[in-house]
Formats: sequence, structure tokens, C-alpha cells
Amino acid sequence: MLHVKDVAITFNEGTPDEKKALQGINLELHKGEFVTVIGSNGAGKSTLMNVISGNLVPDIGEVIISEKDVTMLPEFKRSAYIGRVFQDPMAGTAPSMTIEENLAMAYSRIRKRKLKPGVTKQRKVEFKEHLRTLNLGLEDRLNAKVGLLSGGERQALSLLMATFTNPNILLLDEHTAALDPARAELITNLTKKVVDEHGLTTLMVTHNMQQALDLGNRLIMMDKGQIILDINGDKKQNLTIEDLLKEFQRIRGEQFESDRAVLG
Amino acid sequence: MALALFGAVESGIIYAIMALGVYLTFRVLDFPDLTVDGSFVTGAGVAAISISNGVSPVIATLMAIVAGFIAGCITGLLHTKGKINALLSGILMMIALYSINLRIMDSPTVSLHNSPTIFSQLRDIWPAGIDSFFNGIFTTLGSERAPATWVIVFFMIIVTLAIKFFTDYFLKTDVGLALRATGDNKKMIRSLSANTDNLIVLGVGISNAMVALSGALIAQIGGFADVSMGIGMIVIGLASVIIGEALFGKKTIAIATIAVIGGAIVYRMVVTLALRVDFLETGDMKMITAFIVMVALIAPRIIQARKDKKRRLQKRAALAGLKEGA
Repeated sequence: MLHVKDVAITFNEGTPDEKKALQGINLELHKGEFVTVIGSNGAGKSTLMNVISGNLVPDIGEVIISEKDVTMLPEFKRSAYIGRVFQDPMAGTAPSMTIEENLAMAYSRIRKRKLKPGVTKQRKVEFKEHLRTLNLGLEDRLNAKVGLLSGGERQALSLLMATFTNPNILLLDEHTAALDPARAELITNLTKKVVDEHGLTTLMVTHNMQQALDLGNRLIMMDKGQIILDINGDKKQNLTIEDLLKEFQRIRGEQFESDRAVLG
Repeated sequence: MALALFGAVESGIIYAIMALGVYLTFRVLDFPDLTVDGSFVTGAGVAAISISNGVSPVIATLMAIVAGFIAGCITGLLHTKGKINALLSGILMMIALYSINLRIMDSPTVSLHNSPTIFSQLRDIWPAGIDSFFNGIFTTLGSERAPATWVIVFFMIIVTLAIKFFTDYFLKTDVGLALRATGDNKKMIRSLSANTDNLIVLGVGISNAMVALSGALIAQIGGFADVSMGIGMIVIGLASVIIGEALFGKKTIAIATIAVIGGAIVYRMVVTLALRVDFLETGDMKMITAFIVMVALIAPRIIQARKDKKRRLQKRAALAGLKEGA
């Protein structure tokens, strides 16, 4: 479904600030796979996300989605295949527009936009149905401006907008990191439910190790622009935070205390 | 007095089309587009020179709309493809248009004195009975002199409202929603597979098409196009948008667009009344405009701050009273 092939990217090449953000990344996601990505700050998680979403063009290597080479495709064209939820709850929705208008825009992600009304009676019924699955009462507030919603509600709406059109790939970029623990749990549960329901191929970056263990059926750990650990199946189900930390120490052979504080 | 205000309403409705264009860029796209000063004249110039060369007024006006659209698209392209700051792309285009307009018009002023215009053609088919009927109302209301014709007001109300409804509808289509989101949250709408560059070019193009239409109509009503008639036009447009929003609200698109039209008319009336004050001259108009915009921007904040202060003082006083009682 998603194939990242020998991707490397270096920032500020040839200057003292040179940073090899990704070094020969190979990653293949099969249909329905839910992969969680962990790693300390600067490990290359966000860069990987940006390369997949089209925000960044890799120096070398290819990105292939559903057997189509999209490496050079601009971000907006690639979005037809990709559903995305950002870390910032404000980033995924248009605040001065209503809930139904935001959903209508998400509805058009996989269609050509035309000069026909975006919110129709028929679509409204559909939107309401989808909103009901969130259990937040948003289905009764179709005409409310999204800027009036709380961060948790906005993130739930973003998640819905990213998923209800069944994207080929779902990218979640630390999408619960900016929420309070209760809201984060709500979004985590919603994510689980939505991904299961639609069988979405998902890549989720998180700083929260427990979340990385609880969600998904495969886990990868990144460090210094490389994938240093890739665990799936039963082995992933039985994994604990201690295992992960030990594994990291074994591979990198470094003191892990500072990272542990970040990842904990 | 009443006649002067009638004239203000008449031209206000025409300038409202320009103000709707400004609303589209400033408010919807969040793109401060200064092309307006140039494209207004482009519209006036294209219409005037075409008409004086024998083109039918309707076709000439349509040509003006296309010319404005192209000018706006170039500004949009400078910003999106050329990566030039939005303000600067507008200023560059405005300056370039000054020369282009001179080329189009071939002289600083084009007169339409003996040429047909949309309005003169309409007047020919306009039944005189309507004018005398409304003039009757006008004079019974106490005015000594009545307007020459009502055809302009009626025709312009229809045209301006048609453009308002076109704008309302367009902004609710799939393309229109994406356009609004481009002004609201670019990152988001790009992740929903919309080409924000093209949307900006389209939006600025439509905006300047409206501005040029407004210019073409003003030229036909005034009987001339002048290369400097666009100076300060952007501020007038902004004044209309801000006054309209302050007076009539902006809760929905439909309310906001009608508010902009109202704002344009109120602006003309304020200027007309201001010019009747003894110590002000016609040349002071730009200053009056700037002053109106300043007041419209500053006043709401002062009023709100005063309200807040009053509320705080009341609460404190009530609390103090409670303590004293206890």
C-alpha cells in the first residue's frame, strides 16, 4: 500500500548545520497495517511524515502509494490518497467555517471540486451519520463555527475528516500530544475504532510509548534518521516499555536516561 | 440636500461592486490586494476607449471585466509562483497598471460625452412614467429638485444584487469553500487536495474583475475615464467593508456581502455630508476617507474597552458594598 524506498534527505548540506535527517529509509506498509512510530526528538519521525505527505521531496529514493510513484507529486495532489491529522488541533480544520462546511471540504478530498453547492441535503444526512459516531453531540451543531469548538472536539472532527473518505494511507502526526490526558484518551480510542472499522493503512507518530504499544499491530523505532527497530505480530502484542528501552540500549549502546524522560 | 444624498446612493451602489471585490480579497482570501487602484482604472479605461471607438457599451463593459480579471490573475501569479509578498505583488501590479492604463487610453482622459453608454441606452427604453411617479414621491417628501432619472438606481440595484448573490452562491460551492479555507487555514485545505496557488489566482482575478466592472460603470455614468481616478480606491473599498461590517454584522456570507453593499452606500453618504461642511473642500476627500477608516477601525475597540471597564468597576463596587454590609 505504502512503500518508502531507500529514502534519504539531508538538510543544510555542506554547512556546519548539516543534518542527515533520513538515511536510507526502507519501509513497506501492507493494506490494513497500523504502524506506530517512536523515537526521540530529531530522530526523523516528522521528516518521514513530511516526505510521505509531500511536504518535503527526498534527495534520493521513492515514495510509492498504491503502486503509484508519488515522489515528485506536489502535496495537494498527493492528498487525494492521504488522510492526515496534525499535532495542533487548530491545524486540521478551518475555524471561521462551519462544521458542515469543513466536512464538505474533506468530502471533496477525493473528488474534483466543482461549482456546485458544497453542502447539500443529501450530504448533510451523511455528515450527521458520521458525526454521530464521535459521540460528542456535534451532529446537532452542523452550523456551528469550528473555531467555537474545544481542542478535543476539533481534533475529533479532524480525525473524522481525515478518515470518512477512506484514504489509502492515514498519517497521524502526534495527534494527541497537544491534548489533556482525558481528551487524548478519547482521541486514542476514536482512532482505534475508526482504523479498525475502515481497515485503514495507518502510520502514527507518537512520543507516548504506552500509546505506541497499545495501538496498532506493528511498531518501529527511529533514531538518527534510521529505522532501528521493527516489531510486529505477536511480538508486538507482548512488548512492554522496559523491553523497548532495553532494546534501544542494546542497539545504540548509549545511556538512555534523557530519552527516557522524553519518551516516558 | 436630498438630491445630493440620492446621488450618493446612486454612486454608492456602483462602488459597492468594487467593495465586494475588496471583500473577496481582504476578508475571504486574507490577501491585502492593492491592485485595485490600478484595475479600477483599467476597467474604466477599457470601457471608455472601446465605447468611443464604436464598440457597444455592453460588450465594452464585458471587455473591462475580462481586463480586470487578467490584471488580478497576474497579481495572484506574482504572489503564488513568484513568491512575492502579497502586499508587494499588488503594489507592483498597481504601478505597472498606471502605465498600461495610459497605453490603453492613449491619453490621460477619455471623454464619453457624445457616445452611448449602458445608462443612456437604458434611459431610451425606460418609461418616463416611472420617473415622474418616483419624483412625485420625492417632491412630496420635501425636496425641491428631483433626480433626472431613476433608471440608474434601479438598474444598479439589480446588477449589484445579482453580483452579491453570485458571490454568495460561489462561496458555498466546493470551489468556493476551498477558496475560503485558503484564506482561513492553508495547511488544512492543502491536506484536503486543494491547489491553494490556483485558488488564490482565481480569487484575486474575480475580485479585480468586479473592481474593473465598477470602474467601467463609473466611467459611463460620469462620462469620462481618467488615469488618476483610481487613486485611493483600495482605501474606499476597505472603508466600505469595515463600515458595513461594523454597522450590519458579518455572521454569515450573505449578511457580510449585503453589509459591504450597505457600507459602500453609507460611505458615499458620509463623504457627501462631510463635503457640505463649510471648511472642507473637494480636495479633502482622500483625507476624509482616511479619517473614516481610522475611526471605523479604532472606535469599536475604544467602545469595547469602555464597556469592559464599566463592567469591572460595577462588579468591584458591588463586592465592596457587600463587604461593608457584612
